Amino acid sequence: MSIFLNKNNKVIVQGITGSEGSKHTARMLAAGTNVVGGVNARKAGTTVKHADQHGTEVELPVFASVKEAMAETGADTSIVFVPPAFTKDAVVEAIEAEIGLVVVITEGVPVQDSAEFWALAQSKKDAEGQQITRIIGPNCPGIITPGEALVGITPANITGKGGVGLVSKSGTLTYQMMYELRDLGFSTAIGIGGDPVIGTTHIDALAAFEADPETKAIVMIGEIGGDAEERAAEFIKNNVTKPVVGYVAGFTAPEGKTMGHAGAIVSGSSGTAQAKKEALEAAGVKVGKTPSETAHLLRTVYPAHEAQSSL
Amino acid sequence: MDLFEYQARDLFEAHGVPVLAGIVAHTPEEAKAAAEKIGGVTVVKAQVKVGGRGKAGGVKVAKTPEEAFAHAQNILGMDIKGHTVKKVMIAAGADIAEEYYFSVLLDRSNRNYLAMCSVEGGMEIEQLAVERPEALARIAVDPGTGIDQAKAAEIAEAAGFAPELREKVANVILKLWDVFKGEDATLVEVNPLVKTGSGDLIALDGKVSLDENAAIRHKEHEELADKDSEDPLEAKAKALDLNYVKLDGEVGIIGNGAGLVMSTLDVVAYAGEAHGSVKPANFLDIGGGASAEVMANGLSIILGDPQVKSVFVNVFGGITACDAVANGIVGALSKLGDSANKPLVVRLDGNNVDEGRRILHEANHPLVTLAENMDQGADKAAELAYAAK
Repeated sequence: MSIFLNKNNKVIVQGITGSEGSKHTARMLAAGTNVVGGVNARKAGTTVKHADQHGTEVELPVFASVKEAMAETGADTSIVFVPPAFTKDAVVEAIEAEIGLVVVITEGVPVQDSAEFWALAQSKKDAEGQQITRIIGPNCPGIITPGEALVGITPANITGKGGVGLVSKSGTLTYQMMYELRDLGFSTAIGIGGDPVIGTTHIDALAAFEADPETKAIVMIGEIGGDAEERAAEFIKNNVTKPVVGYVAGFTAPEGKTMGHAGAIVSGSSGTAQAKKEALEAAGVKVGKTPSETAHLLRTVYPAHEAQSSL
Repeated sequence: MDLFEYQARDLFEAHGVPVLAGIVAHTPEEAKAAAEKIGGVTVVKAQVKVGGRGKAGGVKVAKTPEEAFAHAQNILGMDIKGHTVKKVMIAAGADIAEEYYFSVLLDRSNRNYLAMCSVEGGMEIEQLAVERPEALARIAVDPGTGIDQAKAAEIAEAAGFAPELREKVANVILKLWDVFKGEDATLVEVNPLVKTGSGDLIALDGKVSLDENAAIRHKEHEELADKDSEDPLEAKAKALDLNYVKLDGEVGIIGNGAGLVMSTLDVVAYAGEAHGSVKPANFLDIGGGASAEVMANGLSIILGDPQVKSVFVNVFGGITACDAVANGIVGALSKLGDSANKPLVVRLDGNNVDEGRRILHEANHPLVTLAENMDQGADKAAELAYAAK
């Protein structure tokens, strides 16, 4: 098991012919992802060729629209690599086509665009009242279920399958933590992105990890800005029984300066790393001062009899 | 990006929001000329991106152009909460009968927009929200539909405006929504929105924050950047397309990925506690790719900061593997030549780490120390900075 993504997902790439889209399509295929095609209206009808994980060449069709790609391939997942000015249109297209999962890698998306496509995604519900399209990102490294599938840009060879679930606002801190705990392995690692408005939140991932039998312990990585970590702490207190350890980046960030991510800014008294750490600790989450200390804390709560990473 | 009041005023005017005449001035002479041009009673207002300027003496009424000159002379150069006043706005005086409040902003927590409105404007809105929350209407705005005529009317009614004023208020709200949407703002605030003796509504003071990601469709926003108070190193980094923030410390930091760099600052600050309290000197994220050119640009910015005593390069090799990063560092050092003159501690982990370390080991550059891990690298960089202090 895993969360949100496994080897059965059929993935299309929006922007498959662009340089980033092309590079990462090859990497995702090499990681075992079932990439079934791509979308670029101007190159519809053509194909692109890449090697899969066994080195066998696969020829992927390029479609005019997400809807057509889904109809022809049965795709249930999309990854978006288009430039920021066109990202909203790409995500809206995927939502309108009622795809199950859209992972938005693009950095620098105007926040009103994100707010608009999020509002649209929320308005599309199935018969049970569930939101049809899950969005991950924007400005994120995507999601990896080691040994099964990668829909994102995370290096697939850091570690293998195991019992740690990871949710993080930051890409490289995700990689760092996977590296620190590479001997344990991961069920799923998900980078939710550092923008002010994102689709999947810490809470969504925590709820899914709690329900996933393969996940034995959870690492949650946050950073300054907003109140997502505080809300996640409240959620953990009331809903999560599995051990959770946390890390928050940005203790030394000054007020009013944006630290790289559009969402990483301390404004007034809210959004500080200290406030987030305190909220998490009040919810019983052990919070490391550094990534290495956080990895150490995870080991102290990780069930000793669990199998090691399969890599 | 937060705008000055005069910039907000100009944007309001461009979108049809009723405002009074206002002219920015950098000198007392300019202030006097502006007051003459506007005529009558004017107000000299310090232009700083911080609240509480009235209490600090940064807003003064001038009955004559000479008084505007004198007030500008006092206000220019004044320090308001750490912000030096470099310009003033000369605004036409207003005949204020009543003061209201309106804002619309991005609500991160709820992933939508929030409109706030009150018939009790003028005071600090945070104070009103705490003391008399019932006096401040808070209406969620769906980003898909925005503020239309009906929504504007709903806001005006919820705020407690008298029925005969509501349509007028709703029209101003629609124009302010036009500013928010049309300019890709994350905040548009008017405090106070005033009713004059003759019953007109005027946005007397405004705050606007613009989304920097939206600069891709607003080339004109570039001119609103406050180049006067930009740190010279930050300006240079921006020109090189580097994500750099100057801080007040001795250990220069380069890393890849915003989260990892923020984390590196923290780890260096902790390590510094044992080494004379040295602190990180900057935030610098060179992004996923760490080519020799990007590394050289980054290093040249950091070495251009005279406060820097040592540099900590902390890279996790992901898509760009460690061997490429190591080649980038070696290439950068040879490119910089003698201008690279401070000790460099390098920590590499991740893909092809052994090859990366081998490259650095073989290059055997006298300034470079290889660290085993992030914590040890931070400690070594802090130690070197303290030794050179």
